[in-house]
Amino acid sequence: MARLEIERLSKHFGTTVAVHEVSLDVRDGEFVVLLGPSGCGKTTTLRMIAGFIAPTGGRVRLGGKDVTALPPWKRNAGMVFQSYALFPHLTVAENVAFGLEMRKVPKAEIGPRVAEALRLVRLGGLAERLPRQLSGGQQQRVALARALVIRPDVLLLDEPLSNLDAKLRETVRVEIRELQHELGITTVMVTHDQEEALIMADRLVVMSEGSVRQVGTQRELYERPADQFVAGFVGRSNLLSGRVVQPGRFETEGGVTIACPANGASGPAIMALRPERLVLGPGAAGLENRISGTVELVSYLGASIDVHVRVSSVDRVVVSQPNRADAKLPREGDKIDVGWPAAAAVVLAGEHAGKS
Amino acid sequence: MAALAAIDKRTVGRWALTGAAGATLGLILLPLAFVTWLAFFRQAIPSFPPDGYSLKWFFTIGENPKFVDGFLLSLEVAVAAMVLGLTLGVPGALCLARYRFLGREPLGNLLLLPLVVPGIVLGTSLYVFHVEATILTELPILGSIAGLIAGHILLVIPWTVRLVTASLAGLDRSTEEAAQNLGATPVATFFRITLPSIRPGIVAAALFGFVVSFGNLEMSMFLVGAGRTTLPITILQYLEWRIDPTIAAVSVLQILLIGTAMIVTDRFVKLSRVV
Repeated sequence: MARLEIERLSKHFGTTVAVHEVSLDVRDGEFVVLLGPSGCGKTTTLRMIAGFIAPTGGRVRLGGKDVTALPPWKRNAGMVFQSYALFPHLTVAENVAFGLEMRKVPKAEIGPRVAEALRLVRLGGLAERLPRQLSGGQQQRVALARALVIRPDVLLLDEPLSNLDAKLRETVRVEIRELQHELGITTVMVTHDQEEALIMADRLVVMSEGSVRQVGTQRELYERPADQFVAGFVGRSNLLSGRVVQPGRFETEGGVTIACPANGASGPAIMALRPERLVLGPGAAGLENRISGTVELVSYLGASIDVHVRVSSVDRVVVSQPNRADAKLPREGDKIDVGWPAAAAVVLAGEHAGKS
Repeated sequence: MAALAAIDKRTVGRWALTGAAGATLGLILLPLAFVTWLAFFRQAIPSFPPDGYSLKWFFTIGENPKFVDGFLLSLEVAVAAMVLGLTLGVPGALCLARYRFLGREPLGNLLLLPLVVPGIVLGTSLYVFHVEATILTELPILGSIAGLIAGHILLVIPWTVRLVTASLAGLDRSTEEAAQNLGATPVATFFRITLPSIRPGIVAAALFGFVVSFGNLEMSMFLVGAGRTTLPITILQYLEWRIDPTIAAVSVLQILLIGTAMIVTDRFVKLSRVV
């Protein structure tokens, strides 16, 4: 268990830049999730930490030691692969024992440690099975036990849940999180599933096009997204383009004037509004922003209801309302007020405003 | 009515398929069954129905040194060709499957070529080559056992390359990465993970290499030295003068040998999964 420091890590494949100067400091025992759409460089970053890909530039330090030039077998990193990568010709126990054998751990010690690791992932009774005789969930836990038994400095998880069915995923992500907490092992996970990331992470790293967009806790990312990409990727946002006309005043392209926090320079900008922070109908009275619009679409989602309201010829916002038993549903075509406090808006640099 | 017709059609299709498969199987098995039957005929000139049955032809094989020598030579050549063919073919298949290099595809096709070139053509070309090489180097290449084995290696290599490449394609590369991640060096990874994973392909390649070499007649005829014959050549030569059931008995033994090899192999690796 150790601290993991990544410093301006880059990877170029020919002329394409897969990862661009990614820096990250993972504290001892912290669970960090690299989140982003496919092709954003998160897996390449993880594979550079594991040593499978040689970086074009930058360093990786593990427990204070520079491992950038070390091959995978000399780094003490335990990885769980997306396909689990279990050795098909070895039993569960032999799979788990492999790393210990490679480390020349005495035979007498291997048995108990394998048993302990299998107990940890609740696979005690399946030690003599072959991987193909196990279910997907069981295989996943063997892969986890195999990575943990070597007591790695860092645990690397490459989309570990993507091959499980939806039901199982929900329980396994909590299990992994609890196990990680219990063992206090430094962990880096890669996923494209934001819900998974939000549930499991201490801290998230949002990546896109090879670069880190924002690093922060769930709350920081949600409340203060650094840019349009993060605002749209973590949770949902209404994004209105327009310009900051003066500090605290934003005007959309459709001509709607909105009161907003007084940060950000004047000029083209994007305003992000979380759908659940918007209030419909009489509740909108007395809020700093109140606009009247027309209901265009009502989606009944069960726990909540999405109401799409057109507020100008180009601007439409989605309002998410909790589904209360006594709530009267708006109907399409209704005239309705939409309101929100100025603090609910986040002003982001505009698309062409130079921030990347 | 339409549904009924559809079911009817399907039933007919199934029967046709079963019939075709059965006919093909019969066509393959009939000569084997016939040869086996013939081996137990009592009379020297086979005629139907047989006068009676006897095991004597099996004993005459052992008394005929030509058959014994031919069998031993075929065995020696087949084993040597199989071992050397695997030694060359397995690394070759690994390179073809793993690395991208100029001329990779032509090389892959080249290594499969002995499957396509008729044995007679292969034999003639090798014979001419051996003659020229012998003249040039003044080494005893023509008619040597080494020359014969070298020729047979050509028969083993395509099977090795084909079967090992196929099992490499089924190998999850991330298992090798996992091994390295757990502390295995590339060498340890190869012997502990890669090799065991492709073992079915290698075993199958060994079996088919052996069988193809052991049964080869056309190419061997050009390459054997004076006074030395492999079993298939001995059989052919014997047939030129006599047609008694000895040959059938030899064939039965050969079928038994190869059949046993296949059954034993199948116990270790399921051949149906690799071939």
